[in-house]
Amino acid sequence: MPLIPVVLWTDALVYLLILLILLIVGFALYTVRHEHLRAPWLRVFRSRVGMATSVLLGFYVVVGVLDTVHFRLKLDQPATDVSTPIRYAPEVLSLLDVITSGLRERQEKSYSAPFAAHLFVKEAIEQPDGTLLRDYPRLVHGGAHLDDPARQRGLDIAWRALWGVLQGLLISVMSLSGLIWMMARARGESVGSTRAAILAGRGPLPWRYAFAMLAILIVLILVAAELSAKYHIMGTDKVGEDVFYQTLKSIRTGLLIGTLTTLVMLPAALLLGIMAGYFRGWIDDVIQYIYTTLNSIPGVLLIAAAILLLEVYMSNNADQFASLVERADLRLLFLCLILGVTSWTGLCRLLRGESLKLREVEYVQAATALGVGHVTVITRHILPNVMHLVLITLVLDFSGLVLAEAVLSYVNIGVDPSMHSWGNMINGARLELARDPVVWWSLTAAFVFMFVLVLAANLFADVVRDAFDPRLRTAL
Amino acid sequence: MTAYIIRRLLYAIPILIGVNLITFVLFFVVNSPDDMARMQLGDKRVTETAIESWKQAHGYAKPLLYNPEAAGIGRLTETIFFEKSIRLFIFDFGSSDTGRDIGHDIAQRMWPSLAIAVPVLLVGLAFNISYALLIVFFRATYIDFASVVLLVAMMSVSGLFYIIGGQFLLSKLFHLVPISGYDTGLQAWKFLILPVIIGVISGIGAGTRWYRTLFLEEISRDYVRTARAKGLSESRVLFGHVLKNALIPILTGVVVVLPLLFMGSLISESFFGIPGLGSYTIDAINSQDFAIVRAMVFLGAVLYIVGLILTDLSYTFVDPRVRLA
Repeated sequence: MPLIPVVLWTDALVYLLILLILLIVGFALYTVRHEHLRAPWLRVFRSRVGMATSVLLGFYVVVGVLDTVHFRLKLDQPATDVSTPIRYAPEVLSLLDVITSGLRERQEKSYSAPFAAHLFVKEAIEQPDGTLLRDYPRLVHGGAHLDDPARQRGLDIAWRALWGVLQGLLISVMSLSGLIWMMARARGESVGSTRAAILAGRGPLPWRYAFAMLAILIVLILVAAELSAKYHIMGTDKVGEDVFYQTLKSIRTGLLIGTLTTLVMLPAALLLGIMAGYFRGWIDDVIQYIYTTLNSIPGVLLIAAAILLLEVYMSNNADQFASLVERADLRLLFLCLILGVTSWTGLCRLLRGESLKLREVEYVQAATALGVGHVTVITRHILPNVMHLVLITLVLDFSGLVLAEAVLSYVNIGVDPSMHSWGNMINGARLELARDPVVWWSLTAAFVFMFVLVLAANLFADVVRDAFDPRLRTAL
Repeated sequence: MTAYIIRRLLYAIPILIGVNLITFVLFFVVNSPDDMARMQLGDKRVTETAIESWKQAHGYAKPLLYNPEAAGIGRLTETIFFEKSIRLFIFDFGSSDTGRDIGHDIAQRMWPSLAIAVPVLLVGLAFNISYALLIVFFRATYIDFASVVLLVAMMSVSGLFYIIGGQFLLSKLFHLVPISGYDTGLQAWKFLILPVIIGVISGIGAGTRWYRTLFLEEISRDYVRTARAKGLSESRVLFGHVLKNALIPILTGVVVVLPLLFMGSLISESFFGIPGLGSYTIDAINSQDFAIVRAMVFLGAVLYIVGLILTDLSYTFVDPRVRLA
């Protein structure tokens, strides 16, 4: 085999999450026949914002998932030597690394500005006649194909961007026509009438907003790909690593913190919250005591203490971790866990309140009177009726958690410093901003990618909340 | 009422014991008193006797949670946990692992924290409520739509960017105020103004949006329709009725955070170099000073519980329908 798959702890959880989502999708297909279950989802996708942001979030998720499939490549060996065992490179790569291998491998020496052809710092360059000159040296890769960067660069960038736009438009037209053809097939209409309906915005769902967003994304990706083949479009950092590559890698970290945190604590919150509300009495007292205690500890202090603990443990048991990647991964997982511990209490309290109400509802009373067991009542009657709270919490918490990661990394209690994350990029940018002239591009790249993700998540969360919260539904 | 308060305060005791237990266990699971002694003595080749004497001097010589050698109740009381925790309940924080008096430090560092937190809260409240009222006054117009877009965008920017951007613009580019630092007395104002401005701005997005929702919820009530039917002007309805009723959730929401203002803000204090309780905590975490961290966790938990009790009490003051039993 040319490669050996590597499954990190967080990868395993991501796969679990994907499985869960597939199950939900399967369940959704089942719910299509049930009007009351289908209605909220229809409401989500009937909104233009919901359509556009879900495509955008989908793009982030695809990048994140590509970055989750990890493996180690086979090392080159002389073909004659069959007897030696196959050896694999120690470096753990992901699919995203392979796709963007150009970005990863084109290392420079140090800082360089976006689209620069020269290094950002002066160096002593040896002239052909043997004298030394202090000047900005040419980059090894960025703009290396140009003979005279000062004159040719602007035009070259413009041409490449234009070429990227053309390619992007072509591909979007092709893929969108493919989608429209598939939709026409599914609906049993002619392609022409389907296209006309979508472009005019007729029909139950505003597909044209999703398509427009998709087209914009495809064009942007191709322009970025075309340009970054020859330039560092977001510059390079202190050790000459491409900032665009860093910010792409940070997407996985951000997504993981935002989703896994809620996911890891979900079973506990569900179990305890429903138990407290359903059984009441001393069980309720104990569970309330647990979450009030956890809640009264200042969150940052709890996280700091836990991360310190992990650091001490890791330095004492350094031999347990095969590689730096594994260490960083475990720290990320631990951070998700501890963030979950500080944030599950809100959901638990919500679930308790809702279960308190639900246990008095007639159908639950009827079930109890008919002798249905507690477990069955909870799984069949209570659980389905609190799931909307879980979903709303999941999407509402997401953006806050992505933002929290940056803050925690700044105080050095976030993800491992060796891991790509927006928090670490911002943290590094503090010193860069103090330089003169200012190194602004790391900060800007982190800002843009983080802002787009959080904004899309916030907008999407609003749509989901409006669609699923029965209290709001009556008001609309 | 008094009975209610006393009962709530009694409920707080097991919670505080739990909080102490959690911090205690978290810290000592990996960091034994011997490790702490070694770290504080700061030398690779520390002798056993030096460690023992440090532990004796700082009260870490006893077993952690359970003392099998003692008799009766002493098995639980003659431990590090009991001796270190019981004093916290009378707010005697003792001395830090480096020998400073924590109570004194806290009393001193509280004021810079308050000097930032209180103006941020008040100015932020005033601004957010007025802005939300303005949006509600122009509801369902382009002003409303544009404002909501702006607010969501402001919410989506990390607080770090507000701090970094503010420092960069106001201090580095325009040289209006110093980037960071602190001064005693009234001279401190020029160091405080930037953190306060940034604190207010970073709170606008979430705050105004929350108040807007409150006002909109209130404006669809029956009494508003009655007031309009009486012929009151829209501004009278908004300021005389809606604002007054929406103040109930706003006030109780503010009361909850009031006690926690003492704790200061971890991030902005360490960014702006302000010697408040937030930066105190961060320093303690970084130097692994368990005594300070424990004191701050305890203080935070107490203030949180006080906040909850105050919230319940404030309901009875602003809303005559609520009775506490």
